[in-house]
Amino acid sequence: MDNRLKEFVENIGYARIIIGLFLIVLLVSAFLLKLPMSNLFEGILVRTGMNGILVLAMVPSIQSGTGLNFGLPIGIICGLIGTIISIEMNLVNWNAFIVSLIIGSLLGAISGYLYGILLNKVKGQEMLVGTYAAFSIVSGMCMFWLLAPFYSPKMIWPYGGKGLRVTISLENVFDKILNNWVPFGMSLDKFPFRILGVNIPIGLLLFFGIFCFIFWIFSRSKTGITMHAAGSNPKFAESSGINVDKARIIGTVLSTMLGAIGIIVYAQSYGFLQLYTAPQFMAFPAVASILIGGASIKTASIMHVIIGTFLFQSLLVVALPVANVVLEGSLSEVVRIIISNGIILYALTRIGGGEEH
Amino acid sequence: MARVILDMKNIDKEYFGNKVLKGVDITVHEGEIHALVGENGAGKSTLMNVLFGMPVIHNTGGFKGEVIFEGEKVNVSSPNQAMELGIGMVHQEFMLLPGFSIMENIKLNREPTYHNLISRIFGEKMKSLDIKTMRSDSRKALDKLGIDIDEMLPVAGLPVGYMQFIEIAREIDKTNIKLLVFDEPTAVLSEIEAERLLKAIKELADSGIAILFITHRLDEVISIADNITVLRDGEVVGRLPSEEATVEKLAQLMVGRKVDRVKKEEKNIQRNNNGDKILRIKNLKVDMPGEEVKGLSLDVYEGEILGIGGLAGHGKIGIANGIIGLYSSQGEVYLKDKKIPLNSPKEALSMGLAFLSEDRRGVGLLLDESIELNMAVTALQVQNKFLRKMPLLTFMNLLDRKAIREFAQRMIKELDIRCTGPDQLVRRLSGGNQQKVCIARALALEPKILFVSEPTRGIDIGAKKIVLDLLLTLNREMGMTIIMTSSELGELRSICDRIAIIYRGKLEGILPPDASDVDYGLMMAGGYKGKEVS
Repeated sequence: MDNRLKEFVENIGYARIIIGLFLIVLLVSAFLLKLPMSNLFEGILVRTGMNGILVLAMVPSIQSGTGLNFGLPIGIICGLIGTIISIEMNLVNWNAFIVSLIIGSLLGAISGYLYGILLNKVKGQEMLVGTYAAFSIVSGMCMFWLLAPFYSPKMIWPYGGKGLRVTISLENVFDKILNNWVPFGMSLDKFPFRILGVNIPIGLLLFFGIFCFIFWIFSRSKTGITMHAAGSNPKFAESSGINVDKARIIGTVLSTMLGAIGIIVYAQSYGFLQLYTAPQFMAFPAVASILIGGASIKTASIMHVIIGTFLFQSLLVVALPVANVVLEGSLSEVVRIIISNGIILYALTRIGGGEEH
Repeated sequence: MARVILDMKNIDKEYFGNKVLKGVDITVHEGEIHALVGENGAGKSTLMNVLFGMPVIHNTGGFKGEVIFEGEKVNVSSPNQAMELGIGMVHQEFMLLPGFSIMENIKLNREPTYHNLISRIFGEKMKSLDIKTMRSDSRKALDKLGIDIDEMLPVAGLPVGYMQFIEIAREIDKTNIKLLVFDEPTAVLSEIEAERLLKAIKELADSGIAILFITHRLDEVISIADNITVLRDGEVVGRLPSEEATVEKLAQLMVGRKVDRVKKEEKNIQRNNNGDKILRIKNLKVDMPGEEVKGLSLDVYEGEILGIGGLAGHGKIGIANGIIGLYSSQGEVYLKDKKIPLNSPKEALSMGLAFLSEDRRGVGLLLDESIELNMAVTALQVQNKFLRKMPLLTFMNLLDRKAIREFAQRMIKELDIRCTGPDQLVRRLSGGNQQKVCIARALALEPKILFVSEPTRGIDIGAKKIVLDLLLTLNREMGMTIIMTSSELGELRSICDRIAIIYRGKLEGILPPDASDVDYGLMMAGGYKGKEVS
């Protein structure tokens, strides 16, 4: 019995069990504190759906051997540009959303390719270089946001009339288009998508699910296997005739494209586009999520994405109101930073822990 | 008779039940040059590890026997302690700091120092370096070796020969040095440098230091050593003064008779039809660090098992790695009439070559993937096997998991791979079974020529025979041409039709498996000049 319990724990992983138990404790205390549970559950689902694709973006980069993609802000910027262009074109609703996705992922593919070339030149240092590459590109883009030729009154500073605002509202563009999308003509008030008073953001979750599925299919294709082999043992891959550098570029391109798509999904749910320095730290929660989910810098799967996003976002959604009631005062931002960076630190100290030498 | 410096008595050592030293005795006197010769794996390095108290010995259960140094029984527990006793070692690979000057390298961590104002307050660690003494000490050590080079030059960029001398200078600068061990010091040197080194070693011995000299080069041994001990398979098989030694005699002792031929009868039938040349190698040069190939020409006949032997560092490993394209190479290689493009594993594989790497766990396998994926991935990559073709979207061709599973199950059965199933992770398999997975991966390619490097390295004895039998079966029954590289001559002689011996990156000669030990020993030591013995 002892052995079976131990095996069960090891299969799931200590970290995830501890976090899972912590989450249950938080939920129970939220219930006892009479916090509105249906809002909490809805918040968990919405945040899982809106962050999921950003977390999914970590998978191709880990599988292709470039480690966690700390360069995610590069993809995020591409997504932002895509959205801005579609606003400038005066598109609204689905048109705006789809055009943003197309332009964003195209830009993501191009910049992912360039970024991949950079990463191939700094093998072994991808995560460090990625972090700083992203930081400098985010800073460089601050000038772009200010100088770029966009004129839509929805986006530019109201007084001077030049340069983009820090925060652009997506109201009347595609605010909550996925969150409120209920496919197959079903209504929000009826049974399937409103359970026990909790609104289920079915469109958002479905969209996330579709991307997971596409990626799952891809990982069983020849290209997917090639990328995976190149990541898990470059020397082996080379001796099997695989072009390791190319496989790494494919991984980086996919990751950057998913970053671009991910931010558009995130923005439609959030209701705002955040420019300038906002993308700078957006890689960190995504990194923390996939690590909580059980991934390492060498292995990652779709399950890690789903479990990790769910646990991480639930923790934030539930922990903050509970902490605020118990401790009085707003700790939300501080707690969020401590949790996400603490998890990254924990996971990075365990690099190579399970490897044999 | 001079004083005995080192006396190792009845040394036994086993690694995981595998005896690598069996009752080895060795005695070295003051001022004596004692040579220790033996094939790779004969136990020379293990013996030195025992002498230096290397952690690898203690971590694996220690050793049995006595080490007596200057008349006292010692129990050396760390290299540091060996150093304090006065045992020095000149390494085969240089342990020098390239950015530091020669002087600094020689005196590193043993710098003479003097007090200054700060050190009087903050203690020993802050004392100033006594550069003057450092310089003169270094100069003295270098002069002793007959090297006139400025001791203030940085080590980076010096020719390898000099680096070797700096290593030695560092050892002899230690004031208490009584025994100096040279581990193949001439392996990387040119003839002239080697000669100078040997002269320096002689002078050191004359000054009273005992020298233990490990080498493969037999002519060197005879010219320099006073006494010679020959090791084979962890045993002392010969102990003789150098006046009585000849290169032939040493070669025979070193190689010994340990040939155990597998299925000899079948072989004779095969021998007759080695008509067509399937592979022609012309002037192949491979830039593989430590195993450089320097202009090798060799023909391979269809349907044979060609063995490639030679001592470590002479380039035998580089040949297969170069042809398959893993290390940058030049030259011409023809498969029948078609030229094989070099430096491109993909082209080489798709022309029908397959390669089992000597680094099985590092290059040969995806350790954290399933058996079936490991078997399929190369064929999938090179030949688009095991794929369900998608119309239009060729890059999205999906894996045919059913075909992979069937192939894996067939291979598991045919090669008798002991596992829980095709989805077991390769990491969990034993060495022998991992090797079988590698073979299955090569078989999936249906190769014309199979290159096998060190197929039995790190595999226990029972599994070794199984792997060799398997290679023989592939050759005899499927007619696959096999080129097998191995450090174990006995293994080559047990299954190969011809054995090519590589010396200093070139073909020294080709021997039949039943040629005499003397011929093998001589060839490996470079005593032949390219003639074929049959």
